[in-house]
Amino acid sequence: MKELLVISGKGGTGKTTVVGSFAALANSKVLADADVDAPNLHLLLSPKQLEDRPYSGADLAVVDRDACTECGRCTEVCEFLAIRNGLVNPRRCEGCATCSIVCPENAITLQPQTTGRLYFSDTRFGPLVHARLLAGAEASGKLVTQVRQAARTAAEQRGLDLILTDGSPGIGCPVIASLSGVDAALVITEPTPSGRHDLERILQLAAHFRVSTAVSVNKWDINPDVTRDIEHLAAGFGASTVARLPFDETVAEATAEAVPIVEWNEGEAAKAIRALWNDVASWGALL
Amino acid sequence: MKIAITSSGPTLDSQIDPRFGRAQYLLIVDTDSLDVEAIENPNVAAGGGAGIQSAQMVAGKGAKAILTGNCGPNAFRTLSAADIEVYTNVSGAVRDAVEAFTRGALQPISGPSVAGHFGLGQGGGEAGSP
Amino acid sequence: MKIAVASGKGGTGKTTVALALALSLPGAQLVDADAEEPNCHLFLSPTIHETVPVHMMVPDIDLDTCTFCGKCAEFCRFNALAVIKEKVLVFPELCHGCGGCAYVCSEKAVGKTDRRLGEVEIGEARGHRFIQGRLKPGEPSAVRIVREEIARLDQDAPAVIDSPPGTACAVQETVAAADFCLLVTEPTPFGLHDLRMAMDLAADLDLPAAVIINRSGQRDSLIEDECNARGIPVILNIPFDRRIAEAYSRGEILTDAFPEYAGELRRVWDTVGREVRA
Repeated sequence: MKELLVISGKGGTGKTTVVGSFAALANSKVLADADVDAPNLHLLLSPKQLEDRPYSGADLAVVDRDACTECGRCTEVCEFLAIRNGLVNPRRCEGCATCSIVCPENAITLQPQTTGRLYFSDTRFGPLVHARLLAGAEASGKLVTQVRQAARTAAEQRGLDLILTDGSPGIGCPVIASLSGVDAALVITEPTPSGRHDLERILQLAAHFRVSTAVSVNKWDINPDVTRDIEHLAAGFGASTVARLPFDETVAEATAEAVPIVEWNEGEAAKAIRALWNDVASWGALL
Repeated sequence: MKIAITSSGPTLDSQIDPRFGRAQYLLIVDTDSLDVEAIENPNVAAGGGAGIQSAQMVAGKGAKAILTGNCGPNAFRTLSAADIEVYTNVSGAVRDAVEAFTRGALQPISGPSVAGHFGLGQGGGEAGSP
Repeated sequence: MKIAVASGKGGTGKTTVALALALSLPGAQLVDADAEEPNCHLFLSPTIHETVPVHMMVPDIDLDTCTFCGKCAEFCRFNALAVIKEKVLVFPELCHGCGGCAYVCSEKAVGKTDRRLGEVEIGEARGHRFIQGRLKPGEPSAVRIVREEIARLDQDAPAVIDSPPGTACAVQETVAAADFCLLVTEPTPFGLHDLRMAMDLAADLDLPAAVIINRSGQRDSLIEDECNARGIPVILNIPFDRRIAEAYSRGEILTDAFPEYAGELRRVWDTVGREVRA
């Protein structure tokens, strides 16, 4: 069983659009949405929800208001500005427990809090695991790990060959958690200075995790010069260049109807995504 | 002697789990008697530091060696500090791996076998390509 | 007055709007708070006057004083410390910098040392004060970098803060520092889904907000209906236009390529200003 992660560096380059179509083209797979901050894949797949579970990312400090004397010792030691005289700001609290050990009244305990939810669904393309972290919550990496773990379990139970994971933008903790141990990373980028700049940083990150990487430029026809420049950059990192995708306004229609573009029509984007899938299907790291 | 093995199930007939920190089970096997203590790994869903925690657990059980698929830098560092020998690239049934170890057919590693989960691990490497 | 430009969904046009908005008001400062992937500088070629490294403190154990009791490792909720035999292992990349280990140590053996997370750069572009942050690749969290950027704001001048995508901790840090939240979205199901989350975040923080619909067109009602339901106004529509995408791909700022938007953005400042003062 292999895992393919689709990431981007820059946001909005078309990861979910591509994964949605790959879902329709791949034979034996589990779908996972590792963008636990802003999950979108389920919007394309019309899932039938089977189960949902609360997720506890971190413990949070809880103060016994009766025991608290408002001495302010907790305020002095908290590095995160998360507690003031016994009043906890749950958005800032990182669950380190330092306040609880210095409180002279032993008024503070650390308790698990629900900071998100994990969803298990069936779709016409196969099982889907996705999750949603509450706004501002910490420890997105741990929730990503749980999504990947659940997808792996589903693949093992059903004898499926591929885990197809829709990743998040950026290079921070959720991306790091999705890259670790993955077999291959497909980076979807766009032919703009931002696309190029952010690609460089995500390629640096992928290189450190020694992950086999390929790059596809989406909406390449908006700027063929920058497209070529990006493909040079990718080569410099030892990443392969795979099929480019053209700008195609029918993609928005398909998305609005929750249909992957390869099922919607035989237009330019659909054809190109099929070609991209062919490249991916013959990728050594996934065979 | 006691050795540890990462496993997808609780018995000698289970398949080895290639992950260390987040392996489903950690089996502590006495190579003389073939007694097995199966520990359901509490670190499976950990955010960071699963390898460190699993390594401490293995050390706490008195294991002298760990047989697994891959071992990241944090886990490796912790296991080495505990003077536990690390054998990677081990796969198949747990029973067969124990037998191979006892026979002296396995080689321990001198550094981590995969890049780390968090942080910049052991320096850069070039990404492969399709 | 500090305006955070956020979105929920990535790629909707936050940076496009933030750049044009800041440049349309003389004296406004621009803060690029997307320290994972800072993009504003690509359009501005700023002159940087000052670089501020951003650090956090991680434990440094005095092995002569340490008795290897293991209390620090047992306390640490992030597994950043391990005590094995007569060794203490520190894993700096897991450390949250809480300092709790120093408090639990009865021997005073836990000192502190720096770990570099990235840097904040302060300078100027086209007559506007400019602040950006950059996270070192491999570091998981940009929160401390964003905090430093916000600390460097000139409190007496209006500010536009370009936020990262999503609604996680770094976005929270950015938006919490503002007086008003401009939410840039696109009229698609993904845009709407993520916009709702961003609206929830603004509401939780009691922040007044308004929406800008980028790539506006026939599906705007998706967004407009949500805005009506929540009582959040749509303050500007930027129609879909391939020429805008092409200009962006050449590194051009919206108001340079299409000067007609400068007036629109000044109107946004006026409207937001009235909201905030009210």
